[in-house]
Amino acid sequence: MIDQLLQTHIIIGVLATGVRLSTPFLLAALGEMFTQRSGVFNLGVEGIMLMGAFSGFWVTLVTGTPMLGILAAIIVGALMGLLMAFVSVTMQAKQGISGIGLYMLGWGLAGFLFRITVGYVTSVEGFRPIAIPILSDIPILGTVLFNHNWMVYFSLLLVPISWVVLFKTTWGLKVRAVGVTPEAADTLGVSVRGIRYACVVIGSIMAGLAGAFLTLGHTNMYGDNLTAGRGFIAVALVYFGRWNPWGILAGSLFFSIVDALQLWVQVLGLDIPYEFAVMAPYVLTVVALAAVSGRIWEPAALGKPFDREA
Amino acid sequence: MDQREFANRRIQHMEMCDITKQFPGVLANNQVCIDVRAGEVLALLGENGAGKSTLMKILYGLYRPDAGEIRINDQTVPLHSPNDAIAQGIGMVHQHFMLVPTLTVVENIVLGLPSSKGIFLDLDVAAKRITELSQKYGLQVDPWAYVWQLSVGEQQRVEILKVLYRGADLLILDEPTAVLTPQEVDELIPTLEEMTRMGHSIIFITHKLREVMAISNKVTVLRNGQVIDTLATADTNQEALARMMVGRELLKEYDKAQVTLGETVLEVKSLCAKDDKGLPALKKVTFEVRAGEILGVAGVSGNGQRELADVIAGLQQATSGQVIIAGKDVTNKLPAYVIDAGMGYIPEDRLHTGTIPSFSISENVILKDNARPPIARGPFLDFEEIARYSKRLVQEFAVKTPTLETQVGNLSGGNIQKLILAREISREPAFLLAAQPTRGLDVGAMEYVHQRLLEQRAAGKGILLVSEELDEIFKLADRIAVIYEGQIMDILSIDQADREHLGLLMAGVTQAAD
Repeated sequence: MIDQLLQTHIIIGVLATGVRLSTPFLLAALGEMFTQRSGVFNLGVEGIMLMGAFSGFWVTLVTGTPMLGILAAIIVGALMGLLMAFVSVTMQAKQGISGIGLYMLGWGLAGFLFRITVGYVTSVEGFRPIAIPILSDIPILGTVLFNHNWMVYFSLLLVPISWVVLFKTTWGLKVRAVGVTPEAADTLGVSVRGIRYACVVIGSIMAGLAGAFLTLGHTNMYGDNLTAGRGFIAVALVYFGRWNPWGILAGSLFFSIVDALQLWVQVLGLDIPYEFAVMAPYVLTVVALAAVSGRIWEPAALGKPFDREA
Repeated sequence: MDQREFANRRIQHMEMCDITKQFPGVLANNQVCIDVRAGEVLALLGENGAGKSTLMKILYGLYRPDAGEIRINDQTVPLHSPNDAIAQGIGMVHQHFMLVPTLTVVENIVLGLPSSKGIFLDLDVAAKRITELSQKYGLQVDPWAYVWQLSVGEQQRVEILKVLYRGADLLILDEPTAVLTPQEVDELIPTLEEMTRMGHSIIFITHKLREVMAISNKVTVLRNGQVIDTLATADTNQEALARMMVGRELLKEYDKAQVTLGETVLEVKSLCAKDDKGLPALKKVTFEVRAGEILGVAGVSGNGQRELADVIAGLQQATSGQVIIAGKDVTNKLPAYVIDAGMGYIPEDRLHTGTIPSFSISENVILKDNARPPIARGPFLDFEEIARYSKRLVQEFAVKTPTLETQVGNLSGGNIQKLILAREISREPAFLLAAQPTRGLDVGAMEYVHQRLLEQRAAGKGILLVSEELDEIFKLADRIAVIYEGQIMDILSIDQADREHLGLLMAGVTQAAD
């Protein structure tokens, strides 16, 4: 009887943590989905997340207002997106390389700035959970879904919104066209550069928000390499989810629940070396990508710079 | 109704005056003037590099001219981008279709246009208008089909609809028949007539004389960036136009030497293979080529020709069946083995399969012989011998190049093809496979390639000629095999074959028993 209660409690705990942990994956992967749908491959998500995490944290620490931290993460994300767009769209650099460069820049810069501005372990008052009236009283489901901070709800809402934007609006049609056959879009007067700039910047803003979630909605602290590869997993999730918001939702939840599971395994002190538990999400990334590869459709112009004269 | 529609066309008269466009090293257009009126079809005739495409890209706002002006109804109009051109009522159907394969027909057509529902797409409304336009102009296509599902002919209809949907009065058609079967060309003609009847003007780019005569009212001939002449189609003929286009007399008919057929040099038995999507691309293909004959493989692009050539050359695996070259079974053997068996190969993609574009002419010439004497001395290359050998080939085959060290990628298509011919022919193969050997070449280079192939035939080589150009097959082949969806529909001797019958076979229609 008590065993059973404990088990239910653990399952609910894992699921609730999983939903909360899906937020950074969702934000970053949905953003990267727009970037890739337009034909740009931004591998720098991790770096932007780190910068978003730091700037959100620091502004909140200084001002005491987490919403200002969010604003800072948006601005920093947009600036890093502009940099990526300039290098890969205007200068037509190799995107795999420029993305890695952006990651290194974000990683180094965030750590450096943290050391000169704060330099010690401290925490901020982040976002608190908002229990949604009535819905949060539903047994099990209420705890799992309806007792989170606003960023969790926001990222979940972004799934249907992204789907509508991508498939039901004139702008989304342009994005889908530019990522497959930019020459065709160009001859119809669609600005290939404009669309790609917009998508890279949107993707980067969302990566910045994903980072800020980690410091303002999850740990309430900043530490070096806080994102721990989540930005790279988000890039993988775009493939896993087949460039579709619903696929990305499924992938994000899957990975975050595994992530939550490994946390609980550590907390409960089960007889599994904790290194194995920590490894699980990354191993899963490799396995999942290997499983879906080969049968994958991808935007045909992904990673290819566009040049009318060429 | 038609009368009023005719008079309401925004473009009654379009003129391009004294257009000059200079690219680094090339004067693409030199004081070119053309004009076209509502209801007219102007054919723009010229070889590759004559400046037709540049001129049309200027008209469509993709390039800016260095000098000259464009006038519509006697008003000078600035055309700085495709948007300007579209706004003026100019539409362009590009030679390489500008369609997004993963989108539906209706999505492709409304791409970039404002919607009646604000930021949201109004695909239902658009589909209705597309259906109306389809009926009006005889361009049947399902608006909800995905473009990747459509045949080439249907895709072209989508391209034309896309332009009409944007309210184009002047249509630029860039080599629209290059990808069509003869029947599809026949279907296109009434559509064009319908358009001119409703007051559209059409500029039709081509290098095919037959089509100029069949479709246009007026023809402007371009050569080396200059207008040679503009005349009414009714006042001229194919020979005169050909002379103007090339600048010299062309051979009307080739002399085919009488050759006694020798041994079988290529035997293909029940050959099956898959395409890169894993679908059957060749279905039990059987034929043979004997020494001293040219077997032409006719068919519309994408019916298994590429797989056939690749399997014979050892570049792709056969799933079943046999390929025998000069008595040796080469089925699924490595390319080196196939080459040694006696095969010469002029591949379809001359730049990337036929050569290494970043290598010099000398290096490309010795690609197949770099490991054997006299090119190699032990493990070392004999550079004196290489220079001597490549110099001889370049002279013999009239390859125009500044030096032997020039990168092949910098040569023109015609010269690259001559170089490949030089390499393959000089190796004295028993069997020669020529895949689309003149695609994209100008008439002069085409004639050269044809003569060389006929020489090889006269010298007792067996040749398999894969071509999408029926004219080419008729000029060269002794027998014609028609391929459709990976199957050989029939093999006809050249004196049994007529254009119409071949066209039907190429579309998969076997003669009904009537």
